[in-house]
Amino acid sequence: MTTHRYIPNSDPEIKRELLDGIGVREPEELFAAIPAKIRFHGRLDLPYAASEYEVKRRIETSLSKNITSNEMLSFVGAGCWPHYVPAVCDEINSRSEFLTAYTGDTYSDLGRFQALFEFQSMIGELVAMDAVTLPTYDWANASGDAIRMAAMATDRHEILVARTTSPEKRSVMRAYCGRLAEMQLIDYDPETGQISLEDLEQKISPNTAAVYIENPTYLGLIETQGERIAETAHDNGSLLIVGVEPLSLGILTAPGEYGADIVCGEGQPLGLHMNFGGASLGFLACRDEPRFLSSTGHRLITITKTERDGEWGFTYVLPERSMYAAREKAPSITGTGAALCAITAAVYLSALGPKGLREVAETIMQKSHYAMKRLSEIRGIKAPFFKSPHFEEFTVNFRSRKTVRRINQILLKLGIQGGKDLSKEFPELRNTALYCVTEIHTKEDIDRLTAALKEALK
Amino acid sequence: MKMGLIVNPIAGMGGRVGLKGTDGKEILAKARQLGATPVSPARTIEALQAIVPIADRIELVTSPFEMGEEEAVSCGIHPTVIAGIRKDETTAADTKNAARMMLGSQVDLLLFAGGDGTARDICASINRSLPALGIPTGVKIHSAVFAVNPRRAGELAAKFLQGQAPLREAEVMDIDEQAFREGRLSSMLYGYLKVPYERESVQSAKSASFTTPDETASQDLIAQYVVERMVDDYYYVLCPGTTVKAIADKLGITKTLLGVDLVHKGSLLGSDLNEQQLLRLIDRKKVKIIVSPIGRQGFIFGRGNPQISPAVIKKVGKENILIIATHSKLSSIGFGRPLLVDTGDEETDRMLSGYTRVITGYEEEAVMKISS
Amino acid sequence: MTADTVTGYRAAAWNEPLIYQLGRKGRRGSAVVGVEEEVKKKIRDVLSEIPESMRRKEPVNLPELSEPEIVRHFIRLSQQTFGVDSGVILGVGTCTMKYNPKVNEALARSPKLTETHPLQETSTVQGILEIMYRLEKCLCTISGMDRFSLQPRGGAHAVLTNALIMRAYHKLNGELEERNEIVTPILSHPCNGGSPSVAGFKVVTIYPDPETGIPNVEAVKTAVSKHTAGMTITDPYDTGIFDPNIEEYIKIVHEAGGLVAVDQANANSLLGRLRIGDVGADLCHFNLHKSFSTPHGSHGPGSAPIGVKKHLAKFLPVPTVGFDGKKYYLDYDRPHSIGKVTGFYGTIPAVLKAYAWIMTMGAEGLKETSEVAVMNNNYLIQNLIKVRGVTLPWAKSHRWRLQEARFSLQKMKEDTGVGIDDVNRRIVDFGVQKCFPSHEPLIVKEPFTPEPPESTTKEDLDRFVQVFQQISQEAYTNPEIVKKAPHNCAISKIDPSPSRDPSKWALTWRAYLKKHK
Repeated sequence: MTTHRYIPNSDPEIKRELLDGIGVREPEELFAAIPAKIRFHGRLDLPYAASEYEVKRRIETSLSKNITSNEMLSFVGAGCWPHYVPAVCDEINSRSEFLTAYTGDTYSDLGRFQALFEFQSMIGELVAMDAVTLPTYDWANASGDAIRMAAMATDRHEILVARTTSPEKRSVMRAYCGRLAEMQLIDYDPETGQISLEDLEQKISPNTAAVYIENPTYLGLIETQGERIAETAHDNGSLLIVGVEPLSLGILTAPGEYGADIVCGEGQPLGLHMNFGGASLGFLACRDEPRFLSSTGHRLITITKTERDGEWGFTYVLPERSMYAAREKAPSITGTGAALCAITAAVYLSALGPKGLREVAETIMQKSHYAMKRLSEIRGIKAPFFKSPHFEEFTVNFRSRKTVRRINQILLKLGIQGGKDLSKEFPELRNTALYCVTEIHTKEDIDRLTAALKEALK
Repeated sequence: MKMGLIVNPIAGMGGRVGLKGTDGKEILAKARQLGATPVSPARTIEALQAIVPIADRIELVTSPFEMGEEEAVSCGIHPTVIAGIRKDETTAADTKNAARMMLGSQVDLLLFAGGDGTARDICASINRSLPALGIPTGVKIHSAVFAVNPRRAGELAAKFLQGQAPLREAEVMDIDEQAFREGRLSSMLYGYLKVPYERESVQSAKSASFTTPDETASQDLIAQYVVERMVDDYYYVLCPGTTVKAIADKLGITKTLLGVDLVHKGSLLGSDLNEQQLLRLIDRKKVKIIVSPIGRQGFIFGRGNPQISPAVIKKVGKENILIIATHSKLSSIGFGRPLLVDTGDEETDRMLSGYTRVITGYEEEAVMKISS
Repeated sequence: MTADTVTGYRAAAWNEPLIYQLGRKGRRGSAVVGVEEEVKKKIRDVLSEIPESMRRKEPVNLPELSEPEIVRHFIRLSQQTFGVDSGVILGVGTCTMKYNPKVNEALARSPKLTETHPLQETSTVQGILEIMYRLEKCLCTISGMDRFSLQPRGGAHAVLTNALIMRAYHKLNGELEERNEIVTPILSHPCNGGSPSVAGFKVVTIYPDPETGIPNVEAVKTAVSKHTAGMTITDPYDTGIFDPNIEEYIKIVHEAGGLVAVDQANANSLLGRLRIGDVGADLCHFNLHKSFSTPHGSHGPGSAPIGVKKHLAKFLPVPTVGFDGKKYYLDYDRPHSIGKVTGFYGTIPAVLKAYAWIMTMGAEGLKETSEVAVMNNNYLIQNLIKVRGVTLPWAKSHRWRLQEARFSLQKMKEDTGVGIDDVNRRIVDFGVQKCFPSHEPLIVKEPFTPEPPESTTKEDLDRFVQVFQQISQEAYTNPEIVKKAPHNCAISKIDPSPSRDPSKWALTWRAYLKKHK
C-alpha cells in the first residue's frame, strides 16, 4: 500500500521509525489493552479505497438526482428559508482557519473570538438584549435552552407555549424540559391566529416560569400583542421568551423593546444556504443579569483588555458553569454548536448594514403580500387564513376537493414546489398549506405560481 | 489588605528526633536535648516567598521575634508588630494572644505556621470569624486547615488576598488522649476554621464566584436530598461536622457541631453522645449513620468520631451507613483518592472497605472506594 | 520581546478594531434586490398593516462597511485564528484534529446540496437521501449497530438523544419511575453525566481506582442497581486508556435491566478493530467532526449520529431514510419515536463529507487510520515523558495508550511554579496550538491531553516534543519567560477580571459601551 495521501506516516519506513521510537516490533502490540475476545478480526464490509476522482464522481452522480430551488420554483419555508446569500459570506466561511479551528485560547485564536463577539454584538442589537450566548444547533434547541434558563432563573416549573409553535419544535422543547418544567399550550384566536390573551390570563399561574411566543409565528403571522403579553407575564412574576426569525427585525420592533427577557431564534436566514436543512444556527440572548447567565450552559465570550493599551482580548464568563466544568450540575447541554454559521451571520449582517436589513425585510413583506393578494384572487383560495399582518410566510387555505398533497403533486409537474402541508400539524385549519415568499422571488415567479394554482384547482 | 502571621517556632521540633509533637515544656526540653532545631521559621520563609510580590499592597501584621517578625523581615517585608512576648520562650498562650489581637485588628487572613496544636490554639481564639490558613510545620498534621506544603500555603494565601480563592470550612483535629495512651492514633474533632481553597480549574482566573456553589449551598442541597429520604421508623446517628449539621438545620434541630447526636422522627433524642449512650439508644432499632469525611485525609471513621466505635458500626451494619461529602471536600481529599477508615478493629475496617455510594449533591451520587 | 523569548515564529497581529469601530455612516456591503413597480402598486403601503407598537422606529445598529472593508476585516480575523491547516495542532486531545480533505469541502458546496430545501418533495431530493442512507449503512457496518439517526448535531446532543431513548424504553416497559439513575465513570466526557441530567435522570458517578485510572468492577457493581436506567461511558477514556472491562460492565448493566450507551468520541483508535455493537452496547454515537474528518468550524457545526440496536430502533427520532427498492423516502412511521431532536435531519453537509471520507479510506484505510493514530500517539508519549517535569499518570498500570494520553505537569509546577496554564500560553509563541488540558474535576493535576491523529506527520510529532523540551528548559532556568507568555502572539496577556464580575463583563458591544463609558 502506498503512502495514503491523508496519512503521511503510513509510509513503511516512517512506521519503522515510529515503532523504534516506541520500542515495539509490531503496531498490534499497542492495542494490547483491547481484549482479543472483543476485537473485530474481520474486514469491514465497505468498499475498497477510492481515488479522489472516483469519490467525486460517485457523489456528484448521486447529487445530480437532486432538483434544486435554482432549477424549479420553490415556495416552501417552515423553518428553513430561501434567501440570497452574498458571495462574501461563502468567501469568509471557506477560510480554512475558520473552517478548521476549534478550541484554542484567545492568544492563538483571537480572530475566532473576535468574530464570535461581533456576532454576539450584532444579535444583541437585532433583538435589543445586552447578553448573547454562543450559539447552539438550531432554533428548536435554543428554545429548549431558553425554557431551562427561565425555569432556573425563576425557580418555577411551568412554561406556557403558544399553540402555533410547530409541533416538531415543541417536541424538541419537551425533550429539554426533562424534569425541570412542564409545558402547557396557550390557544390562539381563531380569527387572527395570534395568542388568545384570555386563554393566557386563564392559564398563567404562580408556577409559570415563562411564556413562550414566536414572532412571526410558525404560521407566518406577526404577533402584534407583544407588549400586552409581556405585561401579563411580568405582572405574574413570569418571564417572556420570544422566538424570532431575524430578518423580520429589519422592520419589527426588537423583542427587548417590548418586554422580552429571553430571546431565541433561527440564524439560517443570515447568510446560510439551505443545505437540506443542515445549516442552522440557534441563537440565544437574555438580559445581562447574573441570574440569567448562571442559568445557561453555553459558553459566554466577554471582551476584555490586555496588558497592552488599546488591545482587545476575549475570555469566558463564569466558566465553571458550563458542562465542561460542572458535568451534571450544568444548567443545560453545550457542545460543538454552530460557530462557523455564526461567523457567517456576522459577515451577512455587516454586508447588509442597517439599511440593507430594513430593505430586505421590506422587500420580503411586499413580495409576500403581493403573493397573498394574487392568490386570494383565485376562487377557492383564502390567503392568508388569518386576519393579521404577515411577514414572509402565510397560510393558504384551499376550499377544494383536492387535498394540499394532490395540489402539490400537480404543482410539481409544473416545476413548482408548493408550500408545506399543514393538515397533520394543524388539522383544524383543514386544507391549508404554509407558503413562503422572500426577496428572491420575482413578480414573474409569483405570477407563475398564481397561474399554476389556478390550473391546479380547476 | 491585611494579613496576620503567627509562627509557632517550636512546632515540628519533636519530629526530627522521634518525639510525637512538642506540646508541653518537658517534651520541648527533651527535643532540644536531643539536638532538635526549629523547623517553622525556614518553612514560614518559604511560604512568604509568594507574598513578597504583593507585599507592597498588603499590611503584614505579626508577633515579635521568632513568632513572625524575624521571618517577615528576612523576606524583605516590613511588618506591623503587635503583642509583646519574651524571646525564646513562647508558649501556646502567646499564640492565642496574638490570634486574639489579629481578630481585633480585623486582618483579612490569618496565616499561621505550626501543627494541630497550633491550629487548635488559633481556632480557640478566632473560631470561624477570620479566614485562616496553616503552613504545615508541626509533626501532627491531621487537621484539614493546612496547605499541602509551605510553598502552596504562601501561594494560596496570596491568591486569597487577591480575591481569587473561595473559602470553605475545614476541620481542626484534636488527638484522642485515651486512644493515644492505648497506643492508637485517633482524634476528636476540635472545631473548624474558615480556610481558602484552590478550586482546581483549567481557567487561570480562579476568583471566588457567586456561581461556584459555595460550600453552604452544596451542603444545603445534600441535606435536602437526605431529609427527603428520611423515614419515620429509622433512627439517624448524625456524626460531627458542618455537612451533617446542615441536615439537622434542615430538620429545624439544633445539633452539636463536634459531637454525635441521635435523631428520630425529626426530633433530637440525644446530643453529644458517647459510645455507651449511643449503644443503649440504638439497641434493637433500625439505624442509619450519617457521616462526612474529614477534609484532606478523607477519614470517615477513626478520626473525629471515636464514639462511632466498631461496636456501633457492627450493630448498624455497613449498608446503613450514609456518607455525604461536598465537592470541595472531595477536592481537598483529591478526586479518585479513597476514603479512609481506621476504627482500631481490623475486622470492622475490612467490613467497611470496598466500594460505596457517597451523596455529593441533590440527586447526585458517586461511587468511591473505602480503604483502611 | 527579548532575545530569550524569540522562537522564530510571530503570529499575525493586526490589532484589528472591532467591526463596530470600522466603517462610515452610509456605507453598505450589499444591495438588496428591489421590488417591481407593479408589485408596489398592487399592494400599496403594506407596512402600515403592522401596528405602530410593533414597527421598528430606529434602524438596527449594525456596522456600515463596504464589501472590500468587510472582506479585509474578516480575512484579518481569520489570519489570527489557528486551525488544523495552520500548524501543529496535535495538542488538542479528545477533539481528533485530523486533516479535512478539500475535495469533500468542495463537494459539500455543490449547489445540488446547498440549494435544496428539506421539505421538497422527496422525488426531487433522491440524491441527498441516497447519501444519507448510505452513510447510515456505513456507520452500521463500522459499529456493529443496526440503525442510525443522523439528527444529533454534536456529542452532547447525541448523548441527550440516547438518554431520551432510554427513557422511552423504560417508560414503555412501565419501569421509568423506578429506573431514574444513569451510571457514568467520571473520566467519561462530561456530557455523559450532563446530558442524562438534562433528560431528567439522576447521575451516579464512578470514580476511578487511583492506581489504575479506570473504575474497579466492584465499583460498577455497587453503582448499578434496580434503579439503573443505563450507563453512559466513553471508551477509551479521554485519558487514552482503554477500559478492558467494558464487556463486563455491559453484562452487569444488562443483568440489572439497564441499557448501555457508549460515547465513541474517541473512536479514531478503534476503527476497523472494535465494533461496539458486537460487544453488546445498546446505543452509541460517533462524532463526524472527530473520527470522520469533517471540519470543526471554529466550534461547530458538528454532527454526531447515534446508533442503536434493533430493539431500540422503534424509538429513533423521525424521520429516518428508507429505501423501498426503487426510491428513497423519509420514514415517519415510528409511533414510539422520541420525536425530533433538531429542526430537520441533521448536519447534512457533514453527512456528505463523512460519507466521502469513508469512500476515500475504504475498509483498509479505516484500519490504517487507527493503526497510525495509535502509533503516532505512543511515539509522542515515549518522547514526552523524557521531558523534565512531565509525568504520565497510571503509566505503571497501562503500557500503551490508544489515540491520546493525559499527562501531568504537576512535577514541573512543584519544581518551578510553572504549570499547564503557563505552558499553554508559551507554546503558542512557537506557532504550536495549545494543549487541551482536561475537563473538570481535575482528577489529574496540571493536566494536558495531546492527540496526534493519523494525519500528523512525524516531523510534527518531533517538533511538538522539541518545543515542549524547550519550554521545560525555560521553566527550569528562566521561568519568567513562560509565566509572562505569550510574547509572539497577536495579543498580550488578557485581564481576566471581567470573567466573574457582572459590572465588567460584556458579551456584546452595546453592553460594553454601557458599562465602560
